[in-house]
Amino acid sequence: MARTWDSFSEGDALPQLTKTPGVSDLVKYSAGGGDFNPLHHDYAFPQAKAIGSIIVHGRFKYACLGELVSNWLDHGGRIENIACQYRGMDLPDQTMTCGGVVKRKWEEDGKKRAELELFVENSSGKNTTPGTARVVFK
Amino acid sequence: MAEEVVITDEMRGLIGIESTPWIHEVTTTSVRAFARGVGYRDPVYYDIEAAQAAGYRSLPCPPTYLGTPVFIPGQSSETFSGPKDDGPTLEHGLPNLLDGGTETEYLADICAGDTLTASSSIVDLSIREGKSTGKMLIVTRETRCLNQNGELVARQSGQAIFY
Repeated sequence: MARTWDSFSEGDALPQLTKTPGVSDLVKYSAGGGDFNPLHHDYAFPQAKAIGSIIVHGRFKYACLGELVSNWLDHGGRIENIACQYRGMDLPDQTMTCGGVVKRKWEEDGKKRAELELFVENSSGKNTTPGTARVVFK
Repeated sequence: MAEEVVITDEMRGLIGIESTPWIHEVTTTSVRAFARGVGYRDPVYYDIEAAQAAGYRSLPCPPTYLGTPVFIPGQSSETFSGPKDDGPTLEHGLPNLLDGGTETEYLADICAGDTLTASSSIVDLSIREGKSTGKMLIVTRETRCLNQNGELVARQSGQAIFY
């Protein structure tokens, strides 16, 4: 059901989204987004060899944070801004947990908005991809 | 790993120069391909009736997706699908590339059927010391997307890290 303004409070956690992308999933993302950098599918690529593995696209993690926010909002509003930083590499076949919390909820000039703090946590509990989003409600 | 990465006046001179505008198409097929690539289960990104029931004109652009650059052999980058000639080239000699971060500001809804014209420019250059990578060159680029009516619908900025 579409998220309504009255249905949440500051401090609420967003329902988490877990992903364990394998090589096939990374290839699907490459095809969907148009990014065919071999670092994300070719273990023989020199940079992948130097790192010791192919790595998950930063943009795939960014898109997963988008999916997390989209699932929470469920079309009850629109994302005005979404941002993240790629602080750590994620490897294929490792579980990533995407989550977030409502940091701020406010009304200004007749617009109802919320600011969310987002994260992608790897299997060791490290936040590899801190992010934020701002949403405006219908 | 390069020891001596410096930002020259020539490099600084490239800040603000606009790239050639390039068409990004948002189609029902491209929206589904992106949603499938991310792993969405939400029918709004796949089924036009579900999208219209949720109040959209057609399948909406999933967050972070700003259309697929039109691919033309010889003119497009085989790796990143965008234009090969994406504005002036920075001569830095660093072989490796990582993504540092992305921010997207949306000014309006974008749905399947929209045609976006994207152009970008370098907005900042900086140098940072990486833990395992040595000195890194951080290139911040902003991309602006206009829709078929000439309205600015999204601005995206990203940091490319060269080392």
